Amino acid sequence: MSNTHVFRVDNLVSGYENKTIIHGIDLEIPRNKISVIIGANGCGKSTLLKTMAKLIKPTEGDVTLNGKAINKYPPKQLARILGLLPQSPVVPEGITVADLVGRGRFPHQSLFSGWSKKDYEAVEEAMEFMNIKEFADLDIDELSGGQRQRVWIAMALAQQTDILFLDEPTTFLDITYQVEILDLLTNLNRKFGTTIVMVLHDINLSARYADHIFAVKSGKLVAEGKPTDVLTADLVKTVFDLNCVVIPDPISDTPLIIPKGRYHVKDESATL
Amino acid sequence: MRKQTGEVNFIMEGMRQRRRRWLFVTSILVIIAIGLCCAMLLLGNTIYPVNVVMRSLMGEEITGANFAINTIRLPRMITGVFAGFAFGVAGYIFQTMLRNPLANPNILGITSGSSVAAVFCIVVLHTSNTVVSIAAILGGLVTVIVMYFLSRGRSFSIGRLIIIGIGMQAMLDAVISYLILKSAQQDIAAALRWLSGSLNGSKMTEAIPLVMLVIIFTPILLVLGKQLSMLELGEQMATSLGVATDKMRVTLIISSVILIAIATATTGPIAFVSFLAGPIANRLVGVSASNILPAGLVGAILVLFADLIGQFAFEYRFPVGVITGILGAPYLIYLIIRMNRKGEL
Repeated sequence: MSNTHVFRVDNLVSGYENKTIIHGIDLEIPRNKISVIIGANGCGKSTLLKTMAKLIKPTEGDVTLNGKAINKYPPKQLARILGLLPQSPVVPEGITVADLVGRGRFPHQSLFSGWSKKDYEAVEEAMEFMNIKEFADLDIDELSGGQRQRVWIAMALAQQTDILFLDEPTTFLDITYQVEILDLLTNLNRKFGTTIVMVLHDINLSARYADHIFAVKSGKLVAEGKPTDVLTADLVKTVFDLNCVVIPDPISDTPLIIPKGRYHVKDESATL
Repeated sequence: MRKQTGEVNFIMEGMRQRRRRWLFVTSILVIIAIGLCCAMLLLGNTIYPVNVVMRSLMGEEITGANFAINTIRLPRMITGVFAGFAFGVAGYIFQTMLRNPLANPNILGITSGSSVAAVFCIVVLHTSNTVVSIAAILGGLVTVIVMYFLSRGRSFSIGRLIIIGIGMQAMLDAVISYLILKSAQQDIAAALRWLSGSLNGSKMTEAIPLVMLVIIFTPILLVLGKQLSMLELGEQMATSLGVATDKMRVTLIISSVILIAIATATTGPIAFVSFLAGPIANRLVGVSASNILPAGLVGAILVLFADLIGQFAFEYRFPVGVITGILGAPYLIYLIIRMNRKGEL
């Protein structure tokens, strides 16, 4: 399975009321791939993702899906192609897991229609995929952080979009859950060819799970490409202002960034 | 990935069960509301038998009964049902959209804004009922707009909105008291209703705009219920699910303010109904689907029930607003204590 949607950003300038954060970015999202946006705190990676998801209106430039500006699409039609899981979605008090996942079906339902067989199947499939069926009738408040994040992703899956954006889906999770979530997203990508774009903080997990990296610094795209090609010590120095050594990840052979601080350096000659 | 039908059914079963509960509880609420409506027609200084009430309503001439039932009790019942429904629906929409039970037209002072405009028209300008209604709606909308600008700050915060709303309510209530104190002796009776809502002296002619607006806006709001449920997930999630959030929010706010204002213009501010109806409905029905309709029904039931208590439970007749105030105040205190514990205040 694969999709053919062309998602492009051209000459994008964006930000908040009186503060420009993105200063001219051009990019095309690789189809059917997992892309990760990396960058230091405050570099604009989250703003970029939000602008691409129509949450922020661009000051200049275009965000287009198949050649048409995303804000020209009827909202529900866009929501059937493009989904976003925000960093901190709000949980309505007292809602059950199945009902929350079910809300992901909203863009597929018309104003008056009830629930179709297809809606139930999509919810069931999404919950099966994220391994949360056993929680179906529980209150969200009863779940742990990692389980909750799986519920939110299940909701985004129930939306059945070809493109899925995720804003720091692993933040606040233990390392075990981080790997679990990233594995599940990789499953999703391999099984359905879903184009995934996410913002991640952990550069090493990014290097391992991304097919494509977008490196952002001060609102500009400074590098993009396969992790093995772009993630060098020089790039890490530019983007994060961090001295490091890059070695092959013993598990995945992708670049592994070993940071160098001021202390605990065993061999002075290894200093860059 | 084909699954056995049994598994689909498992998820469907839970969701269907919640939907059945919604339907069941909502039906019960309809039955209770109808029962209370009947009680409103039957009970009074004279208790007429059912057949007399029916005949009187059908237009038959029955001396005494005609006046009591058609002129006094029927308008009172209709005003109570529709005003209660409007308060309940508007309160629920505000509370759900702003995700906070304290954020309702009653506590935010929107009701008071409508009241100020209405009292001013009655006491100072001596205008007709239609003008009073329109003024009440404008008063409510202006209050919302002022509150929005005052609470905007650097970024929108619901906490700040609520605190500013409470302040505005206190201020506006002071204006109402001032207007009433300054009013002519003969207007005081009419103006007093604005301190605590009352169904006394309800007239059919005054109930008509209320009934009409409720009938117009209820279907619109029921259709938008699904979008409201999406807004509950936060601005970003709602947008990514395909809700035109700004448009939707403005539509919902204007519709609710119109409902709350016309109800206030007709009965005065019946304390706490818009505040209590939503949480009670959520508790009874569960929160799986939109509870606009159940909240409206709970609002109507609260008003009718409180009015019956006010009329018959004590030696003196109390206006309905006094009774709902007594019912609502403890809940407000409970809510504040609970939110304080959770660190939400």
